[in-house]
Amino acid sequence: MTYATELPAWAALLISLLLLLGSGLAFIGAIGLLRLKNFYERVHAPTLGATLGMGCVLMASMLFFTLLQSRLVIHELLIAALVVVTTPVTLMLLTRAALYRDRIEGNDTVPPPPTGKHQ
Amino acid sequence: MSAVLLGWAVLMAQFLLAAATGCVAVRLLRGPRAQDRVLALDTLYLIAAMLLLVFGIRTGSPHYFEAALLIALLGFVSTAALAKFLMRGEVIE
Amino acid sequence: MKRILPHPLLALVLLIAWLLLVGSISPGAVLLGCLLAIGGALALASLAPPRLRLRRLALLPGLLRDVLVEVVRSNNAVARIILQPAAKTVRHSGFVRIPLDMRAPYGLAALACILTATPGTVWVDYDAADGTMLLHVLDLSDEAEWVRIVKERWERRLMEIFE
Repeated sequence: MTYATELPAWAALLISLLLLLGSGLAFIGAIGLLRLKNFYERVHAPTLGATLGMGCVLMASMLFFTLLQSRLVIHELLIAALVVVTTPVTLMLLTRAALYRDRIEGNDTVPPPPTGKHQ
Repeated sequence: MSAVLLGWAVLMAQFLLAAATGCVAVRLLRGPRAQDRVLALDTLYLIAAMLLLVFGIRTGSPHYFEAALLIALLGFVSTAALAKFLMRGEVIE
Repeated sequence: MKRILPHPLLALVLLIAWLLLVGSISPGAVLLGCLLAIGGALALASLAPPRLRLRRLALLPGLLRDVLVEVVRSNNAVARIILQPAAKTVRHSGFVRIPLDMRAPYGLAALACILTATPGTVWVDYDAADGTMLLHVLDLSDEAEWVRIVKERWERRLMEIFE
């Protein structure tokens, strides 16, 4: 990584911290995916990596390329916007699909469908 | 100095993301139900996008960004399609 | 204005996204981006989505800041829950049904995104007939507390913006 010698020390430190925090959160989320007991609890785990984890890695990338190319590089904002909009949608769809399947099978740990729908 | 620090941080981040991929892969293989596997696949897409961004920092090449963007996009589409399939695919109507 | 460019906000977002993707603000890139933005706005107009009306835009920055703070705070909380040893877990998770007063579709979408993006809560379902939503909470100790949090912290402010 010879090109990185041009970076000032504070930037290298900040980028390193952001990278470690981001990947650490993704790792904790993956552990949660493995450890938590049932599907509805596991849905919460990937959100760690998707929100703050992705945000930290994107910030590190923006800072790195902005300093390296000495011009403003902020196209990572596109990924940020995409992840912010899509993660809730996928998680909601997935949870609703799981709830639907549990209700079809008569699993009594999930709440019954609201009464308003069936009239 | 800063190159050494950043080099170690990038290596460590790659290691953490690889370990995360391992955990998610175990969940993907173990299930137990289809929705668990789809959730693991969605997480895998996310980790792959992060891994590509870290690769970009490691090599100093901005081209990895486009791959990360594409993976994030594909992850959304595939998970949405699979969730829809879980709702409608196996139901006897 | 509405006849020429039906969805100005979407067109602006498309133009910005294009310029970010190309990575330059040369006249050629701006021209192509404008064409794309106008095309996208016209395409959306043919789908005829419900109109977005934003009142009181001044509240938006404060809301975004609070969402950011809440995301960081709940990331920390959920990370602690995941890493705590399995032996001493007294935590239990569960569903809460929360009655909502908000009916504006974009406001509900924003509420769903905020709740799902903060780790620890997932928006599951919304029942349009009686206006209740189903929320799954990872660390559910007090149901009434969560109803209060959702209504006071988010719904009231989103209603001020969207309704």
